[in-house]
Amino acid sequence: MNIYVLLKRTFDTEEKISISNGKIEDEGAEYIINPYDEYAVEEAINLKDAHGGEVTVVTVGDEEAEKQLRTALAMGADKSVLINTEDDLEEGDQYTTVRILEAYFKENEPDIILAGNVAIDEASGQVGPRLAERLDIPFVTTITDISIDGETVNIERDVEGDVEKVETTLPLLVTCQQGLNEPRYPSLPGIMKAKKKPLEEIEIDDLDLEEDDVEAKTKTLEIFLPPEKQAGKIIEGEPDEQVKELVSLLKNESKVL
Amino acid sequence: MNFELTKEQEMTRKMVRDFAEEKIAPRAIDIDKNSEFPEDLFKEMGELGLLGIPFPEEYGGSGGDTVTYALAVEEIGRVCGSTGLSYAAAVSLGASPLYYFGTEEQKQEFLIPLAKGEGLASFGLTEPNAGSDAGGTQTKAVLEGDHYVLNGEKSWITNAEYARSITITAQAGKREDGKNIISAFIVPKDTPGMTIRSDYDKMGVRGSNTSEIVLEDVKVPKENILGDPKKGFGQFLHTLDGGRISIAALAVGIAQASLDRALAYAKERKQFGEPISKFQAIQFKLADMAMEVELARNMVLKAAWLKDEGKPFTKESAYAKLFASETAFRSANQAIQIHGGYGYMREFEVERFLRDAKLLEIGEGTSEIQRMVIARQLGC
Repeated sequence: MNIYVLLKRTFDTEEKISISNGKIEDEGAEYIINPYDEYAVEEAINLKDAHGGEVTVVTVGDEEAEKQLRTALAMGADKSVLINTEDDLEEGDQYTTVRILEAYFKENEPDIILAGNVAIDEASGQVGPRLAERLDIPFVTTITDISIDGETVNIERDVEGDVEKVETTLPLLVTCQQGLNEPRYPSLPGIMKAKKKPLEEIEIDDLDLEEDDVEAKTKTLEIFLPPEKQAGKIIEGEPDEQVKELVSLLKNESKVL
Repeated sequence: MNFELTKEQEMTRKMVRDFAEEKIAPRAIDIDKNSEFPEDLFKEMGELGLLGIPFPEEYGGSGGDTVTYALAVEEIGRVCGSTGLSYAAAVSLGASPLYYFGTEEQKQEFLIPLAKGEGLASFGLTEPNAGSDAGGTQTKAVLEGDHYVLNGEKSWITNAEYARSITITAQAGKREDGKNIISAFIVPKDTPGMTIRSDYDKMGVRGSNTSEIVLEDVKVPKENILGDPKKGFGQFLHTLDGGRISIAALAVGIAQASLDRALAYAKERKQFGEPISKFQAIQFKLADMAMEVELARNMVLKAAWLKDEGKPFTKESAYAKLFASETAFRSANQAIQIHGGYGYMREFEVERFLRDAKLLEIGEGTSEIQRMVIARQLGC
């Protein structure tokens, strides 16, 4: 089976993030594999173990993403592809990424493509479904369980806390939700083996794309951090006085009652 | 000159940090409080290949280097000194002598399971009356036919209760000048006559297993003598040089944890209307801690690098062990001070850092012994 994973390098939202000149500061930010994409890598390896084949991890980004690709290889993926847009593109959006991936997959024959449900940075959740549309294959989002039998695929997906069961067929694109699996740590032997696994680097030229073909359809106007949390207010006095004070504050100040 | 880590070293550090924070950190308080050896964590660490980092693949290891190993020890030490100490001892004292000095047969039988993480091993050098003065070893080994018979007593042996084999040092005859020949013998677990007791009630690293070993007519096949019978003493010195790097790395972990906790607390704690991190008295403490942690780490990595390059590292590993362990103690002490009364409480963890750090100024050669090693290297 030809198993593909779409992986995004993203900053760790658990670490401190700072913004200057409308951009997220690179310095000091910690970069990781998008956590939802980790579920995709783990599931891809499990599918390979069960059905045979090969796992290829694909990312669109710059050279810095090599570390995240190597980590996926250390977890057990077989090959990785970096579509390096550093020299060709200033800005990109979901449309850009989808067009690039479309061109890449036109030259390959995926049986299944796994992606994260969303990337934790911009959380648009668009690349997976839009790519499937472009490739004219079915897609199922937010999956929490998958089993493949021949061409038939049975999936459980998370729908706002409920479970929906879906039957579909290969070739297929799915996006992975928390709960699908517990991603493994890359083991030491895995890390050492990853050194020898192929990491192919291509540019959009290699996919017969021009800059104009992939020009972003959207424009980011502003990026800002959520307002800092204000200090709480402590209400003093006897319990019944406190209750009165609280109710009056909820009514008059925050106007929620 | 290049201070950058390789991708493999970076990835290993990240993996061990994630593992340490998710799996070890939540249990660190209980491991210390209940003196519980986290056997299950060692099983998981074995599966991840952590117990075989500095050994080649042909012996079941991961084919990493000493730098990678030092980074792993630091990350584990950062969340739990007990687990960090048992980890460092398992690799540097348990497995390393077998790798460096063992015969091919000994490596096959005793090293491979350790490097694969299927078991732990210990190094039995210290005795009630002989520590760094290894020449004063009183345990005796006598050759009788095809066997050596060992009698004696060992103290403060890390991981012995959980070891599948213990490398025991003993007198095995006399040199021409009348001095004792000290050799090492691989004693498999459950060998009759070997009694292991773990009754020590320790100040720190309480979750790391520490045992007393009594040897009464313990018979081991004569092939179990480790490496060259005449070079026993040099073997221990080399083993201890390597062990010092790992103890130093553990110390850097504890020092870093102390700094992390102290800095976070100082930014949060408000007194006189502002965070105490705005007060110069606290700032100076934090600045000193940060500087010393970084200096200690640099020395550890340099010693590890020298070892990887096959260059002499005796002096540098003593520098690293001495400076890093004293840095860990100072940093933990200052972290408690910055926390005030809270720092004296177990749940804030910094008091544990101090108790754990104290061991690092004693184990594998006290700070005084490190100064002697350095002085000897200076030609004194």
